[in-house]
Amino acid sequence: MAAARKSSSGTSRTRSSAKKAGPVIAKFDKDQELHAYSEMLLIRRFEEKAGQLYGMGLIGGFCHLYIGQEAVVVGLQMAKIDGDQMVTSYRDHGHMLAMDLDPKRVMAELTGRRGGLSKGKGGSMHMFSKEKHFYGGHGIVGAQVPIGTGLAFANQYRGNGNVAMAFFGDGASNQGQVYESFNMAELWKLPVLYVIENNKYGMGTSIDRASAVTDLSQRGASFGIPGEKVDGMDVRAVMAASEKALKWCRDGKGPYILEMVTYRYRGHSMSDPAKYRSKDEVQKMRSEHDPIEQVRQRLLDNGWASEEDLKAIDKKVRARVAEAAEFAQADPEPDVSELYTDILL
Amino acid sequence: MPIDILMPALSPTMEEGKLAKWLKAEGDTVSAGDVIAEIETDKATMEVEAVDEGTIGKILIAEGTDNVKVNEKIAILLGEDEDAGAIDAAASAPAAAAAPVAAEAPSAPAAPVAPAAPVAAEPVEDLEIPAGTPMKSSTVREALRDAMAEEMRRDEDVFVMGEEVAEYQGAYKITQGLLAEFSAKRVIDTPITEHGFTGLGVGAAMAGLKPIVEFMTFNFAMQALDQIINSAAKTLYMSGGQMGAPIVFRGANGAAARVGAQHSQDFASWYANVPGLKVVQPYSAADAKGLLKAAIRDPNPVVFLENEILYGHSFEIPDMDDFVLPIGKAKIERGGTDVTLVSWSMGMTYALKAAEELAAMGISAEVINLRTIRPLDIDTVLASVRKTGRIVTVEEAFPMCSVSSEIAYQVQEKAFDYLDAPILRVTGKDVPMPYAANLEKLALPNVSEVIDAVKAVTYTA
Repeated sequence: MAAARKSSSGTSRTRSSAKKAGPVIAKFDKDQELHAYSEMLLIRRFEEKAGQLYGMGLIGGFCHLYIGQEAVVVGLQMAKIDGDQMVTSYRDHGHMLAMDLDPKRVMAELTGRRGGLSKGKGGSMHMFSKEKHFYGGHGIVGAQVPIGTGLAFANQYRGNGNVAMAFFGDGASNQGQVYESFNMAELWKLPVLYVIENNKYGMGTSIDRASAVTDLSQRGASFGIPGEKVDGMDVRAVMAASEKALKWCRDGKGPYILEMVTYRYRGHSMSDPAKYRSKDEVQKMRSEHDPIEQVRQRLLDNGWASEEDLKAIDKKVRARVAEAAEFAQADPEPDVSELYTDILL
Repeated sequence: MPIDILMPALSPTMEEGKLAKWLKAEGDTVSAGDVIAEIETDKATMEVEAVDEGTIGKILIAEGTDNVKVNEKIAILLGEDEDAGAIDAAASAPAAAAAPVAAEAPSAPAAPVAPAAPVAAEPVEDLEIPAGTPMKSSTVREALRDAMAEEMRRDEDVFVMGEEVAEYQGAYKITQGLLAEFSAKRVIDTPITEHGFTGLGVGAAMAGLKPIVEFMTFNFAMQALDQIINSAAKTLYMSGGQMGAPIVFRGANGAAARVGAQHSQDFASWYANVPGLKVVQPYSAADAKGLLKAAIRDPNPVVFLENEILYGHSFEIPDMDDFVLPIGKAKIERGGTDVTLVSWSMGMTYALKAAEELAAMGISAEVINLRTIRPLDIDTVLASVRKTGRIVTVEEAFPMCSVSSEIAYQVQEKAFDYLDAPILRVTGKDVPMPYAANLEKLALPNVSEVIDAVKAVTYTA
């Protein structure tokens, strides 16, 4: 037992040189800061509204909110190019908004209405859009990782120059199929960026209680996949690391791993009171590292926006979310004839 | 004492092979481990090594001889101080019992066969093959390979991936020759990682490619069930029809021979349980070719369950450019009037043999080859049952919640008034597959069980 443990002490060499370098922070100009601010705010307000609608019984089943993690998907969005695909787990509302899917149709899917992205047949965890290159929305922890690797396989097969971004959490990072995917991706040099959203809890189990090695950026080391740990609460750091990693993949060098160190403010799902962590821990994150607050402060400090300007943005975002919520409540449920459609083509 | 060198079995299902070449001549001395001959099977060429040392006394089977049965004597090896004279002496010695005697199978009390005149099979019209089409002989193995090759020529998006499919030419030689024609881009050897490469295939399919994922056997696909069911089968529905997975999962399914419990299971009813999948189980080479081509073109995920023992069987298939069969359509393989036998895949071998023997007893059996399990062509079954009033199903799978359970349910629901006897089924026994030859035989269905079931439903005991 002792001998087995010893091997994790870090004598192995990996190809990752980047992890030793200090964090790279992209310098954002005014437009980028404003873009990041309103995109993240849209996700935050959307998720807050989803939480409310859930409380009112308008959203059923499971509902996993992305609040606190907004900088991850927005940073990736700012680094990707058109045609790059995204696939993720069930905590997917933020990803869809970042992939430019209509908030009305996302919210209507949450309420199970016919105008929902999946006509009300998928729900919170299952939405897709070929047009916007969003491949779900998967409910089985880790299953999206080989699927994302397959999207990358298709990119390589077609030589289209696109990269697939496969998102998964710290919990999923212990699933076997993740490593099966890593192996094939590096073996075949597939253009896939693995984005590990380490929000420190797999449902109610902290990463320390679930993972023998908690530096998830190095989970690809035994396959020779380079990895970096990134401050996932800073959208500039996310974008800088993503640009570099996407270039690596696009250049035909194979997969890349980015561990986004982030935090979810809410429980695992709406039914989780999150008793496994202290209120202080959450409060500390919110007050010291909030991804949206950081951008807001920079906008004010640089004189790129006034309080009034930011309020105006907030108002606009709230109006969009309110419109989505109204649509999602007014839209009828799917026609009963839809029960038997879309099973086979 | 001279030692007999016997034709070796080189795989669990090999029954015969060609003695391609002798590398030693009569009078040559050999040591254990020396390669003495080459043997060709339909799968591969293999070397035969000497297991004892001595001198080749006599070669009994000339090189180039086809169809040499496993365990046939191919040469005689003389020990030290023995000469050719010893061969004759050995030949006259009583032969030792080679194989263990199988334990007596529990047999049903012999039933008197109704004295009836033999009946001829009713004529069946084959509407799937245009009249006048020339036929040729093909093994199921070749038919599957040809189906993939034709579809890969037709559509650049079709590729095949799996363990040993490329450089090794397929563990069961189904993908023989594909690498040379289509290159490593489209014929892809995967690591042994079923869960991973199945999910990868599903992702590629969601992106619009048309993967053929080969499982060396479907026993290993259990590692990948989540991706087949949760990802491939359900995405079209979950996406409101926006995105599906045009993918074929294919490979050997069901019992082979003497490979034990973990390698001998028919998974048809598992997959057939899932909406969003199509499930095909071919019997003949024509089924294999026409249905695999259809499966590759199908925009839905198709589970294509082959049978290792049938791979080497030869059938007549139409010699035409583009032979495609419809998925979801059963075939009446033999016309009859007294009882309906419904089977598929390997079960067809028992059903057809039983029908032949029943005809000699004066019982006319109609034999339906189901070919597709989902969607189930129950109409063809019902039409036959309405004619015969009796039905027996034949399959190798476990009985509980099997395909035959479903057929029995649907027949009683939709043709209850036409039934003149309870629906009977012949299935694999409700036990993990045993290894011992006699037990394995008992665990699988056989022709006499089919005949007994038919006698029971026709009250001709």
